[in-house]
Order: sequence, then C-alpha cells, then structure tokens
Amino acid sequence: MKKLFQKKYIFAFLIALSFAVFYFGCDQSKHTLTGDAASQVYIAPGTYDEFYAFMSGGFSGQLTVYGLPSGRKFKVISVFSQNPETGWGYSEETKDMLNTSYGFAPWDDAHHPQLSKTDGIADGRFVFINGNNTPRIAKIDLKEFETTEIIELPNSGGNHASPFVTENTEYIVASTRFSVPIPQADIPISSYKENFAGSISFVKLDPATEKMNVEFQIIVPGFNYDLARAGKGPSKDWAFFTSYNTEQAHTLLEINASRNDKDFIAAVNWKLAEKYLNEGKAKTMQAEYFRNYMDKKTHSAVSEKNTQVKVLYPEDCPGMIYYLPTPKSPHGVDVDPSGEYIVAGGKLASVIPIHSFSKMIKAIEDKQFDGEIDGIPILKYDAVIAGEVENPGLGPLHTEFDDNGFAYTSAFISSEIVKWKLGTWEVVDRTPAYYSIGHLMIPGGDTKKPFGKYVVALNKITKDRYLPTGPELTHSAQLIDISGDKMKLLLDFPTAGEPHYAQAIRANLIMEKAIKFYRIEDNHHPHSIKGEKESKVVREGNVVRVYMSSIRSHFSPDNIEGIKVGDVVYFHLTNLEQDWDIPHGFAIKGMNNGEILVMPGVTRTIKWEPKKPGIYPFYCTDFCSALHQEMSGYVRVSPAGSDVKLSYSLGE
Amino acid sequence: MKKVVLLIYLVTLTALSGIMLISCGESEQQDSSRFSNQRASGNPGNVTSLSDFELEHGIGPIKQIMELTSLDNNLAKEGEKIFDSKCAACHKLDDRYVGPPQRDVLERRTPEFVMNMMLNPEENYQKHPEIKKLLGEYLTQMPNQNLSVQDARAVLEYFRKVKDEK
Repeated sequence: MKKLFQKKYIFAFLIALSFAVFYFGCDQSKHTLTGDAASQVYIAPGTYDEFYAFMSGGFSGQLTVYGLPSGRKFKVISVFSQNPETGWGYSEETKDMLNTSYGFAPWDDAHHPQLSKTDGIADGRFVFINGNNTPRIAKIDLKEFETTEIIELPNSGGNHASPFVTENTEYIVASTRFSVPIPQADIPISSYKENFAGSISFVKLDPATEKMNVEFQIIVPGFNYDLARAGKGPSKDWAFFTSYNTEQAHTLLEINASRNDKDFIAAVNWKLAEKYLNEGKAKTMQAEYFRNYMDKKTHSAVSEKNTQVKVLYPEDCPGMIYYLPTPKSPHGVDVDPSGEYIVAGGKLASVIPIHSFSKMIKAIEDKQFDGEIDGIPILKYDAVIAGEVENPGLGPLHTEFDDNGFAYTSAFISSEIVKWKLGTWEVVDRTPAYYSIGHLMIPGGDTKKPFGKYVVALNKITKDRYLPTGPELTHSAQLIDISGDKMKLLLDFPTAGEPHYAQAIRANLIMEKAIKFYRIEDNHHPHSIKGEKESKVVREGNVVRVYMSSIRSHFSPDNIEGIKVGDVVYFHLTNLEQDWDIPHGFAIKGMNNGEILVMPGVTRTIKWEPKKPGIYPFYCTDFCSALHQEMSGYVRVSPAGSDVKLSYSLGE
Repeated sequence: MKKVVLLIYLVTLTALSGIMLISCGESEQQDSSRFSNQRASGNPGNVTSLSDFELEHGIGPIKQIMELTSLDNNLAKEGEKIFDSKCAACHKLDDRYVGPPQRDVLERRTPEFVMNMMLNPEENYQKHPEIKKLLGEYLTQMPNQNLSVQDARAVLEYFRKVKDEK
C-alpha cells in the first residue's frame, strides 16, 4: 500500500512536469490554454498594429496613442498639461500654448478625443480633444503627433460636451456643462434660475488655413449640457446635445437634478444657425478668450487674445433649435451610421430611448409641440421616438455601432456592454466589463463606416485586475472581439490617466503621412542657427542668449564662461540632425523647470537663472549615440559684478 | 509497475509536445497574415558580398560613373551652404575633427563614393570594408542627414572647388 502510494506520487509528479513543459514551452503571450484570445492580440516583435487608438488621458490632461489589437502604448502627446519629459509648457516656444483668459493654465481634464472627418468618415488629419475645466479645445496634427492649436471657449462654465465634429469637420461643437451667468457677474448663487444660462459653441475649422475660430454661440436655458454628437447623412446639418438638471438646481444636484421624469436633447440645425449668422441675427458680446497656435515656420507658440464673440438667441432664430424630451438625465447621445437614429443614454432610465431623425423633421413640420422654453419648442416624445431598448442594463451611458446594424451600449452600474439590434431594439448579447465602464469605442464606431472588429471598454474602476499598486490603481481598457455573434474578451491593458473616451483609425491612414523630421531649411525660429559655425553666446544687459547646436555627439559651444549670478540665461538649442528618431535633450544642473527635448531641425529654448557661483555641467538627456555619455559641457557661473569675460568655445 | 508508469509518462509527454508544437505553429501562421507584414525598415548586420563597383565607389544610389564637367561655381556655393549647415558640426576642411578632414576627400575617394557615403551612410558602415575601418579610426558613425541627391551633388561640387584652393 505504502509503495503504491509513492508510485502515485511519482506518476502525478511526472504528469505535472509534462504540463509545465507544455505551459512554458510556448511563448507565454501566445499559449493557447485560454483559447485563441492571445493570438488575436499578439503582434509579433517588429510588426505593426492594425489600428491607432487615441485615448484621452482624463485628469492627466494629455492624449495617449496606443496600437490595437496589442494595447501597446506608443506615445503620450502633451496637450493641456505641462510635461517636464518633453519641456511642453516649460520651454519658451511652448509655454504660450497654455495661455488662457485666466492666465497660464498648466493642467486640464481631457475627456473626448475626436478624429477629423471627411464625408462622415475619420480622415486621419487631426484629432481634437476638450479641456473640461478651463474650457478649451485642442487640435493635434497627426502628421506630427503634436498639439498645434488650443482655443479657449468664452461663456462656458465647463467644456464637457466637446469636441464633436460635423460630417466634414466644418465645425467642432461644444456646450457648457455648468451654467453660469452670461456674461459673468458677481451675483448670488441662489439666483441661478433667473440669471444662469448655458451656451452651445460652434468652432469653425477654416478649410484653407486649418485655423479654429469660435464662429458663433447659441445662448440656451441654464441646464447642464452633457454630451453631443453631430448628425451624418440625412441629419448632417444638425447637432445633438444632451442636458440634465432641467430642474435648474444649484446645490445637491445628486438629488435635486434627478427629479424630472424627462430632460432634453437639444437638436440644433447648424446650417440654419449659420444662415442666421450671415443674415446678421447675431449679437456681438464682449468676451475675453485666447487662441494659441504653433507657428509652423518658427515652431513657436503664438498667443492671440480675442475680445468679442457672436451670439445667437433662440427667440430671434425660429427653427434653429428644438428640445427632444428624453427620460431621466440623459448622458450620451449617439447617432447611428445611417444618420437616422439618435440614441440617448439615460443614465437613470430603465430603457434606452431612440429618437428618429425623420420623425423629428415630420414632427417639426406638423408642429407637434408640447410647449416651449425661452423660444425653444419642445417636441412631443411620442412624435419623435423610434423605439426603446428594454432591459438594457443599469445606467446606460454611451453607444457605438458596428457595420452590421448592431449597437453596443455601455451600462455603468451593471458594469457591462449590451449589444442590441437597430430597428428591432432587441438585446442580443451582453458581456461584463471589469469594472464600471464609462465610454466604449469601436474603431470608426461613431462614423458612417465602422470597423466592427473590436470594441474597447474604457473602465473607471480596476480593483483586482492587476497587481496592486497601493490605493491608486491604473485605469484600464479592455479589448473585446465583436466579429462574431457573441462578444469575447481578448485583452486587459492599463492606460495613462483616465481613458475617458477614445477614437481609433486604421493605421495606414496615418502612418504614411507621419513626418520623420523637420527640415532645418524651414526653421525660421528667430534664435535658430543653421550650422555649428553660427553658434555663439551674446550678452544683452543681464540677459545672456546661448545659440547652441547639437549633433551626435556634441553641443556647440560646450564651454561657456562669464555668466554671472543675476543673469537670465536662455539656451536656444537647435538640433542640426536631419534623421528620424534622433532628438537631443538638454538639461543643466539645478534647473528649476523641465528638460527640453528637441526634435531634428527644431529650435527649443529653456530659461535658466543660476543662483550660486560655480561650475555647472549640462548634458544630452536622450540617449543618442555610442558617444552619448560624452555629449556634455560646462558653464562657469561667477558672482554678480565679477569681471570674468564672456567667452565660449568647443574643442579648444 | 514502474515500467507502466514510465511508459504513461513518455506517451503523455510526447502527446503534449505535439500539441505544443502545433499550437505554437498555428499562432505564428495567423500572425504572419496580419497587417504586421509591413516590417519596420532596417536590416542590421546583414553582410552580403559587394560588387567591384561598390568596393570602389561605395554602396548607395549612385550606381555608375558620373560625368563631371568643369566646375560650377554656383552649385559649389550652394554646396558650401549645405555643408556648413549639415556637415560642418563634425567636419573641418583641413583638420581632423569628429570626422576626417574634407578638403582632400576626393584624393582618397571617388566622387561616386563621396556621394554614396553622404546619401547612404548606415549601409556603408555595415558592409563596406573601408568604411568599417573608418569607424575603427574615428569611433563615431556619421549620421544620415537626409540630403537629396541634388544636395549631395552640390556638396560634391563644393569639395571639387576647395580641393583646388589648397
């Protein structure tokens, strides 16, 4: 008996060993023990993902670029927050990008990336993203993967419902989450109902100059405007905005803004609004707001202050805006690929209501109104509703679409994605999300041509999904295969900041246009140098300008003397490299800001005010070559009033 | 009994290894049909034998002897500008610096070699015996400054001009 027992052990051990060989024999990322999910997201080393995904950084204020299906992170694009890693918002060339009417605003909360569109399909030119806190919209150029313009929105109390683009990116729309007095005023908060208002902004993208401009705003009743989508196809001249707090509460909104049975979706005919604007129906309002852009010739930010904005009032503009009653504090509003259905995510509702665009037009023609608010007719619910999805999960928020007539709605409270059929409104599948899903994203899922291959769940809570990292955990995204009848979870991957919303586009629409370096001939920065011969150090009173160049593997000059305590030193570093993937970085001991990371062909400037005499080493921070460690130099700082002559050299 | 156990073990191991091989192989097949077939460029360490032309004139877009006529001063001026901006950080005309002096480069190399080296430094560093030797001597690789063929031609004209000015 004892002997047999031992044999059993030996046998079990051998079997276990075999499984171990089996398990570790395959590359862990490819092994098939859990089905073929791993192979569906495995992108072999040195090969490319099928999609670029642009995920908002939420409270990080930035935008992160990932590959799908791998979930590999490629780049954090600095947008609204200073980034000492690149010098964004620290260097003299970039800090003006963060100017606002409230002064320098080095942080924001970035929620909704939105790719530019042509004919209702993402075109890969730009991605826009909103600054939620200090209302702004940023434009990122996808040739460079850099922020090239940020415009502030006046008359806005918080820019959440933004930036959603019209079918050909004629306009980027935005509406104010928090109502405030318009124009601003020092009045009691309790006078909300009498004095607070909302605004809906239409930011025009000039097709020739690619410049953003707040073309007009519509002043609307003081509700909270939450999310938006522009129409497409038949509804392309319209844009839709959800609202909550039609109760107009100004305190304890949790209870007080949830009383009404229905709130509204505002449907705005922007073509008609544009016509009213051209007919002179707009009033000019004084309003201070900034537009900042990167000048292409100097690679430097230019800040413009605007002082006026055109506003339209609904009562002056019949037919421009209608309210669609929508159950229970609707959050998301999403338009299906055909442009006919307008899906609302009533976060406290027990159904998902779907409005019909054609019924809405007919109801307007037939004047099927149920009263009006401040000149905005309220359409009858029964006259515009196309259907309701029953049992859609608890807390439905957002909906995206595939190319087979299905819609996918995120349900926050029940933490799941619910798949349902357009037209029959029947739920056909559901899959859990780990945990508390907010937005969800299908590549092209908000366009006329979705790629119904994957949906990405963007989750608010992570809990036990990863190794714990203290009280704060990474936010997480989950990739789910939607190519079959049943949704199938493929991958969890952590994200930077909060991945609030995301957009994805086929890689080939962007990668071929992406530039590899900036031509030095096109660098018209006033402090650039076009060759090492031009490097120099110039004193202008207590300002010292170092015109420095970098190339593998030295700076010119690399020895500088005659700097004095009290001087303000500007290092203007021009990277003379003309090769892909060769930025040089610059940092000097004791600097009180960030490094500068200088792309090939670009000039960047960092300010330095040395406070103590001594020798200060500087060096290249971005590993550039075999002799990167040698890429360094010294600055000698002498006491104020010293007679050490200003001098500079290289190789002497 | 011992033999039976061993036999079962061996059979199990063989079967599982078979599954392992098949499953690994399958996933690789799927991968190769992805968009991922567009590989990143670059082919380090790939040594192939060089043609006689390449040995004499370097590896790059210049694949035949160029016809050089009398000196074009305007072109040389253009070349000087490009040299000052993109090359002079590492090359002086008469002294060893980060890289070798350039006034006499046409005495050491053919015009075609000079062009090919400016236009395609990476591959020459990897494959050309003379350039490998150069790396041993100077210890730093010349970066690709992405000159166009016209740019490189202008720099060549500048070298032709300065050669006669010695």
